[in-house]
Amino acid sequence: MAAQEIAGQRSYTASILKATIRKLDPREMIHNPVMFVVELGTAVVVWLTLIQKGAADRNYDLLVAIILFLTILFANFAEAFAEARGRAQADFLRRTKSSTRAKLLLPDGTTSWVDAPQLTKGAKVLVEAGDVIPGDGVVIEGVGSVDESAITGESAPVVKAADDGVTGGTVLLSDHLVIEITVNAGETFLDRMIALVEGAERQKTPNEIALSALLGVLTLIFVLVVVTLVPIARYFGPHAANITTMVALLVCLIPTTIGALLSAIGIAGMNRVSLVNVVAKSGRAVEAAGDIDTIILDKTGTITIGNRMATEFLPVPGVTQEELAEASLISSLADTTPEGRSVVELAQDILHIKELPQYEGEAVPFSAHTRMSGIDLADGRKIRKGAVSAIRDIVEDPPAELEQNAERVAKDGGTPLAVEMDGRALGIIRLKDIVKSGLKERFNDFRAMGIRTVMATGDNKITAAVIAQEAGVDDFIAEAKPEDKIALIKKEQSQGKLVAMTGDGTNDAPALAQADVGLAMNSGTMAAKEAGNMIDLDSNPTKLLDVVMVGKQLLITRGALTTFSISNDIAKYFAIIPAMFAAVPELSGLKALNIMGLKTPHGAILSALIFNALIIPALIPFAIRGVKYRAESADAMLARNIFNWGVLGVIIPFIAIWGIDHILGLFGLA
Amino acid sequence: MSTQTVITWIVVIAVFAFTVKPLGTYIAKVFTFQPTLLDKPLTPIENTIFRAMGVTRQSAMTVKQYGLALIFTNVVWMLGAYFLLRVQGIMPFNPQHLKGINPELAFNTAASFVTNTNWQAYSGELTMSYFSQFAVLSYLQFVTPATAVAAAIAFLRMLSGKKMGNFFVDVTLVVTRLLLPMAIVVALVLVGQGVPQSLGPYLHLHTITGQTQTVPQGPIATWEAIEHLGQNGGGFTNANSANPLENPTAFSNLIETISMGLLPVALFYTFGVMTGRKRLAWTLIGVAGVFYLVMLALLYFPEMAGNPIINALGLHGHANMVGKEMRFGMGGTSIFETSTMAFSTGSVASAHDSYLPLSSLSFFLGMFLNMVFGASGSGLLNMVMFVIITIFLMGLMVGRTPEFLGKKIEAREVSLASIAFLMHPLLILVGTAIAVASPIGLAGILNPGPHGLSEILYAFSSAAANNGSAFAGLNAGLPFYEVAIGVVMILGRYASILVMLLVGASLARKRAVPETSGTMHTDTVLFGGILLGAIVVLNALTFFPVMALGPLAEQYLMMAHHLF
Repeated sequence: MAAQEIAGQRSYTASILKATIRKLDPREMIHNPVMFVVELGTAVVVWLTLIQKGAADRNYDLLVAIILFLTILFANFAEAFAEARGRAQADFLRRTKSSTRAKLLLPDGTTSWVDAPQLTKGAKVLVEAGDVIPGDGVVIEGVGSVDESAITGESAPVVKAADDGVTGGTVLLSDHLVIEITVNAGETFLDRMIALVEGAERQKTPNEIALSALLGVLTLIFVLVVVTLVPIARYFGPHAANITTMVALLVCLIPTTIGALLSAIGIAGMNRVSLVNVVAKSGRAVEAAGDIDTIILDKTGTITIGNRMATEFLPVPGVTQEELAEASLISSLADTTPEGRSVVELAQDILHIKELPQYEGEAVPFSAHTRMSGIDLADGRKIRKGAVSAIRDIVEDPPAELEQNAERVAKDGGTPLAVEMDGRALGIIRLKDIVKSGLKERFNDFRAMGIRTVMATGDNKITAAVIAQEAGVDDFIAEAKPEDKIALIKKEQSQGKLVAMTGDGTNDAPALAQADVGLAMNSGTMAAKEAGNMIDLDSNPTKLLDVVMVGKQLLITRGALTTFSISNDIAKYFAIIPAMFAAVPELSGLKALNIMGLKTPHGAILSALIFNALIIPALIPFAIRGVKYRAESADAMLARNIFNWGVLGVIIPFIAIWGIDHILGLFGLA
Repeated sequence: MSTQTVITWIVVIAVFAFTVKPLGTYIAKVFTFQPTLLDKPLTPIENTIFRAMGVTRQSAMTVKQYGLALIFTNVVWMLGAYFLLRVQGIMPFNPQHLKGINPELAFNTAASFVTNTNWQAYSGELTMSYFSQFAVLSYLQFVTPATAVAAAIAFLRMLSGKKMGNFFVDVTLVVTRLLLPMAIVVALVLVGQGVPQSLGPYLHLHTITGQTQTVPQGPIATWEAIEHLGQNGGGFTNANSANPLENPTAFSNLIETISMGLLPVALFYTFGVMTGRKRLAWTLIGVAGVFYLVMLALLYFPEMAGNPIINALGLHGHANMVGKEMRFGMGGTSIFETSTMAFSTGSVASAHDSYLPLSSLSFFLGMFLNMVFGASGSGLLNMVMFVIITIFLMGLMVGRTPEFLGKKIEAREVSLASIAFLMHPLLILVGTAIAVASPIGLAGILNPGPHGLSEILYAFSSAAANNGSAFAGLNAGLPFYEVAIGVVMILGRYASILVMLLVGASLARKRAVPETSGTMHTDTVLFGGILLGAIVVLNALTFFPVMALGPLAEQYLMMAHHLF
């Protein structure tokens, strides 16, 4: 195992290095204009080195050529490294896929073995316990538990029955299923995931295109500055412009730092999304997540933990809390709903009993007609719990407190359940929605970032308002139908806002499609998964919040490294301009600009160039992990990042170039 | 600092500060067709003009039509000016019997005046007849600033979601509602100060030493008024506003200085009124204002400190008064020159060639930035261009697609804005490089060494920025310069205006996103500081090498006692 891991590590490293070299191909390089200019410059300097006559000049040219070449390698490495991280995940997925064979169900009911990639849409396959599900499809027969850990990383098996969607690459653990394949080979979820994490399908996102355009123009400006500087410098004498130095100046000025890291940032952003187990169908969706203005979240399952829980017993006068608790406990013993379970647990707490007591009797199940459930005990006692109005009708002289307590519970957003025994009202059970922990803080963060959260729920207005307040969402829609969600999304979008939502049901599909970012649950229907532009493999709707963070971080990282790259240029000018004209008598006064006190002209130029090259690998961690991000207002974030990347971006290179110059001095190079 | 300097500066800045709001609001009212005080006398006159042009106040154009109308009109103006200058000899109002102008100079002059540059490769009093001065050049001095103001207004209408308007209506209104009324007032004040206004022949006077002297005159007061109000800058005479006939007193100097800045500064506020972002307008006024003060200080203090070589001789306390007019003093001169470079006017009240190299950085700064309020309209468009680039660069750092006025800035806008930014250094650096690389270019230099380089650089910067002032020293009358500078002026003028109109059209198509705390606010001191820093860095990166080889090298050589 250990040996295998080392071997894997080695091939991983080897593949990165191979890609680093392969990317030197100018046909590939031309897609990155900034680095293409560096490559052209390198070629020019290599040629100059070859034709250079003086030994000292040749050494200088050679050193410049080497540093330029390293600059390109660093850039290629950054991209290859980001891609490799994605590919490691893809390889794992691909192994699952390639080995799969399927039992194709023939019309006559017999099966024949085929390779999974040959399955086409509409094919029916038989999957038995232990088999790998050969492709994406829908269960048409049978019930079985499926291990989806290959896709989701979640080890607990999931039960799949008729009409449930299944994903290729997952493993059936028990029973057998008949599955109708719904996606052609090569287009399955797994294929899409592989393509995405590998970056093969990576298309430049809108913001990346815009930034590339700006970087392209900036590069053009610097090409212009340096190319015109040649004749302008020669005004002072034919030897005033050294071409090698001009190339060095050009490479230092063009935004190589961001140019080298731009695609790595994009790839790493996609990887970070898949690290939280979300599959984005496009980079565009991840980027859009950063721009989200409004998030629509379902109450149940997203904001609250799936079900309501009993939190309090409110007895009427003359009844003790213990009496009420005991009656409630007995009446709920046969109630297997989560609500019933929570009543039992709360009663156990109050009565200090661990073991469930045993009672003889006949359970009366809940019916929509009676709106109550309960138990007829063998000893003759009859206990009922249910809707307050239903219980009120069957007890004699319901005490005023019953009604009052019920109203109070309802006003607090809870659901009151009344309990009676043998025609005597005992009290009220408070059922309450429990807000997931940590959500309030997250919503506060979102508010600070200017993102509005809206809760959608089928509950009435009062209940919805209370939960909304408790969870800290900004707004809610009560008694919401799927159409209401679409209407809300359209309304927000008509104001120019970008909307994100989560959903799992088929009736969520239109809204998921309408939303700018639609996160579908992997546990949801195929329709929902097709409609959304992201799929959460863990089926945890709160993930949407992580995705928004990743989207924002992606943009911040691009902005920070661009700002840093441009700010760096100031120091490089102060290193190179005095150095490059040191030999021109008329311009010797410019040595006053050498405020870093760099020792020799060649040393100064090499130092700036070395800094320019080294800063690329130094910033790879930021490109891969993303610039640190905290929830705060845009203006606060701007002030902080301007200082970190703009102001320090001006200062750091002065210190670093000075330091490199001193180190070069130790080797007699400066 | 003398009391006169302090008072002059305070008066100029106070006038800008107190007129920016009322004048800016007035401009917004005129171009959103709201009632103003001047409606009663002017509406009937304007309606007559509109009828003649076949348009109405309500006529609207598409962006494409607007841009084409702008280009077409300017081409007509340029061809007309070229033709009339060529045939000057047979035109009326020519008491000095001046001849028609040669093709290169006629091209250069037509390009210069149609682009609001007013670069003069000739001496007005020796070359131009009265007809050429007032019917050709002065006419252009009215309509060319109107062109840029119209473009800026159209841009603002697009940003604020209003209809584009009609180019011909807009140009007419700039003239009737802004330039003409203001010019009448300024001309009368200048006449009061003794500036000639006449169509009579030049005077031949006998001086007390018994010599004969020719004193030129002409319709100078009206010329001066529009020369400054429209940031034209072309002098009636060669010495421009250093000539007592154009700028006789410290008070006329003050009036001309103020005239240059009224419209450019007010238009920044108009931006705020029309887009409903007054706080952003103040931020931009603040940023441009800081640059203005920096330019003023950079000009005044080194000149006051005097020439270091003379100081080294023990003659302390002498300001560098070479090439300056005693009647304006250093205070009046420095604020006039700062204004002429900031507002891209190009008229001069002193010899720019005679400034210390360090102070000349202030001139270059004004021309490179070209948005320290800049010329009416075009300065505002340049400022917005920098705002868009800055928002895009820095705005990413708040984790959202950057927005300007609530509209997302995406590939199209940022590409266009950065192309507009690219044009300026392209014209300046390529022009200079070609000139210094060719013998015909080098032939025009009067002084050797870095100063000669500065002369060429200045000429192309002035042309690209449509400033029009000259560093002297350079023989701009060579055909090479006449043609090259003419081309640069034309590209410098129209490329950025048209590109910014496209930016406006692109933004107009987008839906505005409401502001939240996740939006980067552009109307804050923080953003003002960032904008300032971004403008400094972007321009420094572009122009630092040539500045080092020109003025900086000359300054260091001067400190080493080497002069040119």
